[in-house]
Order: sequence, then structure tokens, then C-alpha cells
Amino acid sequence: MSLPDKRGHFGIFGGIFAPETLMEAIGELNKAYAKTKKDKGFQKELKELFKSYVGRPTPLFEATYLSRHYGSKILLKREDLAHTGAHKINNCIGQGLLARKMGKKRIIAETGAGQHGVATATAAAFFGMECHVFMGSEDIKRQAPNVQRMRLLGAEVIPVESGSKTLKDAMNEAMRDWVTNVRTTYYMIGSVAGPHPYPMMVRDFQAVIGKETKVQLKKMGLKANNIIACVGGGSNAIGIFYEFIDDKVNLIGVEAAGKGLSSGLHSAPLATGQPGVLHGSLSYLLQNKDGQVKEAHSIAAGLDYPGVGPEHSYLKDKGRVKYGTVTDTEAIRAFKLLSEKEGILPALESAHALAYLEKIEHKKNKVSVINLSGRGDKDLHILGEK
Amino acid sequence: MIASIFEKARKENRTMLMPYFPVGYPTLSRSKKVFLNLAKNGADLLEVGIPFSDPIADGPVIQKASTVALKAGLKVEQVFGALNDIKKKLPPTIIMTYYNLLYKNGLKNFARKAAKAGVKGVIVPDLTVEEAKDWLAASRDQVETIFLVAPTSSDARIKKISKASSSFLYCVSLTGVTGARNKLPKSTYVFLKRVRSLTKKPIAVGFGISKREQVNELRPLSDGIIVGSSLIKAYTKAKTETDSLKNIEKFIKRLGV
Repeated sequence: MSLPDKRGHFGIFGGIFAPETLMEAIGELNKAYAKTKKDKGFQKELKELFKSYVGRPTPLFEATYLSRHYGSKILLKREDLAHTGAHKINNCIGQGLLARKMGKKRIIAETGAGQHGVATATAAAFFGMECHVFMGSEDIKRQAPNVQRMRLLGAEVIPVESGSKTLKDAMNEAMRDWVTNVRTTYYMIGSVAGPHPYPMMVRDFQAVIGKETKVQLKKMGLKANNIIACVGGGSNAIGIFYEFIDDKVNLIGVEAAGKGLSSGLHSAPLATGQPGVLHGSLSYLLQNKDGQVKEAHSIAAGLDYPGVGPEHSYLKDKGRVKYGTVTDTEAIRAFKLLSEKEGILPALESAHALAYLEKIEHKKNKVSVINLSGRGDKDLHILGEK
Repeated sequence: MIASIFEKARKENRTMLMPYFPVGYPTLSRSKKVFLNLAKNGADLLEVGIPFSDPIADGPVIQKASTVALKAGLKVEQVFGALNDIKKKLPPTIIMTYYNLLYKNGLKNFARKAAKAGVKGVIVPDLTVEEAKDWLAASRDQVETIFLVAPTSSDARIKKISKASSSFLYCVSLTGVTGARNKLPKSTYVFLKRVRSLTKKPIAVGFGISKREQVNELRPLSDGIIVGSSLIKAYTKAKTETDSLKNIEKFIKRLGV
């Protein structure tokens, strides 16, 4: 049976936990999205934009140094080469097209690292829509270049001062805006989180990553043994995993262990959390015994989130995907290795996936695919300090 | 139980005052005194907010109050303890909080402990009727569940929610988060009339209400009026606890429900 069910459940996870004010809008979105699946015109336009505007397909690149270094074949799915420098644009072009179909002229979004904010601002500029991006003031500080990019693209960046001043709080504020302006506004969620249909819809738009990877592997005459991706909310991971769910291949999601799992300063709800409800769906969550949500920590702003998409929770419990963790320090080491030896600056988020190569078994004829979800330009000043 | 209070008020041709205040703000013991004060000053039903870390339906005032309470380490267990201490002096009490606190504490456990502390009902703004099956099963015979309807809810949804909602319907006056508004939109009044025509159950209106003029306009349309943020603001404005409590008294008088 294909998941989620009609009400957005992946097993016990997912669903719609939202203020009543949003329920009609969510229902409308659900219907509009279902229509696009059968709409050949929509699918054709999306495909065309992926090609001509986003620059898809992105290459599947053999990292020769890394391959030698680890003694196996290491391939990088180069989402960092997509327009705006990360996989986030796939989803934003998809949802942008949908928002246009629905006649929405005002777009709101939350952003952590700023990659989804930039992608949303880009899509809004492209489709001629007004754009407001909520961003934690802590993230505004550590991802300044992306803030500037959003502003240049014509978006308003709204600093969020509540709570931990990061992605979680930006999402709270975006939901409050949505509740207030629900009749005119399209909420462009950037991850496979939020109330149904977002986890399904964002997954479907990101699934292009895995579909391309499969075709590219076949052309190279290879079969993947491992597919590795970092997991914050989990959109790039589900994007590359989804096409391979029924195949014989190890799927590995990497959460941010921050300063170490035992330090309590991390972003690893799948490794250490319990099921709970945040931002519209039920999923693994960093929370205290009472159900108060804990603050997450990661050097990678895009992973700095106490929750995770409900489908990942389902895949974890089912045992289909293995989830591991990588610390800040390990991620920085992987960042340096790729930069110095392959000439590619990865996003700190993606560096978590790269760092996991240290933790798997390598053999000469084994093939590992890393989803290089974004480029690292935005992180230069963080790395400059290290 | 809650229904009978509404019935009584209806017979007396009276609109009910339903104040909301977060437990633990500014401290646990001070919030207890607020509840007792509200009881003395004519609260027909008391809405006790249990602060949650991520209150997406709330505006800045309740957000801030929640942060204060949680920073002091407030636990659900303490909330029930505090309510249990004063339950005999309180009007029927309803808890308002977010679903994760119910879920994480265990649905059955939460319902049982709430009932034991004298709580009669719960309002959970992020629990939709579609997702409420488990909670309703766990809380049956313990506490009632009141659902919310919004101006964006279709007629069909309002009917469906009315069926699921126990005792009364909570009408969200406007599209937005909690917090005082200078003026309520005209659509509020249209919405309340629409709800009235779709349900036989009593209705209460909340979100944005802070003034006597608003109350005067709402009174003929609603069986109950809920005030939260403006009450917290009035309480917070004074420097001493005594003055804060006096402010509450004054605020309620001025409101004139």
C-alpha cells in the first residue's frame, strides 16, 4: 500500500494537527495537489522548469579522491549545482506552480539555513508573487549571505525573536502568519514536515533526485550499495531514498549529533527522541518528559530542528532506513576533506552525509552514493572561525 | 456538567464570563491566586492554560507568559496539583493546551489526572476532530472535549464539529492568533450568526476580545465570552501582586460581561 493514507498517516505518524482555522485551506491544498498529479500540463511544465530553470538533471559525479581514500566507489549526487545551490529549489518550483494554479499571490515560508528561504524567494520572483520569509534571528546572524540573497530577490525577511530563535521558531511564526492570512496566503513549507499533505507533496517534488540517480547509475552500469543523506526535516534524504525504497540497497539517513549525543546539544530526534506532535504532524521529537519541545543544536543551521518528517519516523520503526549521527566536528572534517581534495565546498548539512563515509564498511567493488544536497558558500564565515 | 452551567445562564438570560489565564504565570503560586480572584469576580467558567513551548495559535502576550512559566520549570504534574488544592473554590474549570502535552503524558493518564484535579473539560487548539479519536476514547467518562470552529470553517465542518464537541462550541472570532484587537472584524458577527444557525449547542466566542464595546456587540450573539491576552496584560501592568489582582478586578468590571 502506498503511504501516506488519505489523512496523511505513515503508520502511527503524520496526520493533521492544526488549528481549525487552517483546515479548509489544508483541504483545498490537498485537492489542488491531487489534481496536479493527473494534470499532464502541470507535469510537463514542471519537467521543463526543472530542466531549463533549475538545471536538472544534476550530475552524479564520481569523487575520485574520496574513492581512492576509502577504497570503494564514492558518487556524489550534485544537488549543490542546482539553481540557488541546493535541492530546496525542486520543491519550491513545484509548490510555486501549484500556488499559481490555486491563484495565490502571497507566499510565506520558514527557513533555517536560508536555503529554503532563498529557493522560495527565487520561486516567488519567478512566478511574480509577494514573498515573506520567517527566519530565527540566531540564523540571520549565522547565515548572513543567504539573508542578503533573499532581500535581493525581493523577499521580506522577518526576524523571529521567540524561543531558540532558529528554524523551529521560524516555523511557529510562519504558522501564525498562515492562520492570520489564510485566505490569501500560500504557505510554502520547505521540508517533509508539517500537516498532511506537505510531507507527501514535498517528498514527491524532491523524488526527482532519486529518480535521476537511478537512471544515472544504470547508465554508468553500477548498482548502489549505500545511499547516504543528511536528515534535518529530511527532504533531501526522502528525495533520494524514495525511488529506492523497494530496492536492495542500504539507505542511511544522518542526523546531526551536534556536540555529541550525550551532551544533549544535538538535533537527533530519530536517535534520541520520542513520538510527539509539533508543527502539524506526529513524529519523533526532541522533548522533555512532559512533552515540552527541546531546543536543538547543530553547526548546520539547516539541521537545527527538534523534529523530523513523519515518513522518516515510519521508515525508522519499520527498519527500512538506518539512521546514524555525525557530530559538528566530524562534519567539519568532512567539509575540509571534500573542499581540499575534490574542489567542492559542501554545505555543512551535506557534510554530515559525507562524514558518515567514515562509519561504513568499504570494499573495492562497493558503491556509495552521497546526496550532496547543497553548496557551502553560505557557511564560509562559520568555517572561517574553525 | 458544563452544559448545565450554560443552561442556567441561558435561563437567567445572561452571557457567561469565561476568563483564560495561564497557570505558572508569573509563578505557580501567584497564578493560583489569580484563579481564586477570577472565581470571586464572577467567572462562570474558568479556562486554565497549560503553557506549551510552541504555541502556534497564540499571539505575543500568551507566548511571553508561557515562556516565563516554562523557564521556571513548570510541569503538568504541578498544574494538576495546584488545581487540586483549590478546586473547591473554583467555578467549573476547563484546561486549554496543545496536543503534545496530552500525548506525551499519556492520553489516559492525562485525562484521569485532570478529572481528579477537578477539571471538567479540555480545549486543544491543534487537535482536529479528524485526529481526536484516540483522545476521545481515552478521556471518555473523565473530562469533556470542546472543539473549536473558525470563520473559515464551512457549514458542513461546523455541523461535524458541533456533533463531536461536548457541551458547547468554541468560536474563534477571527482568522488569526490570540491577542487583543482594537476592533473585531464585521465578519465575526456574521460568523457567530452562522454558527448559531448550524448548532443547537451553546456557543462561546474568544480571540481578540478586550473591550466593553466589543462585549456589548457580542452579547446577543454568544452564550459565553472568553478573554485571555487582555486579562494577562492588565495583570502584568501593575508592579505589586496586590495591584495586579486589583487590575484584574477592574478589568472584569470594565468589560461588563
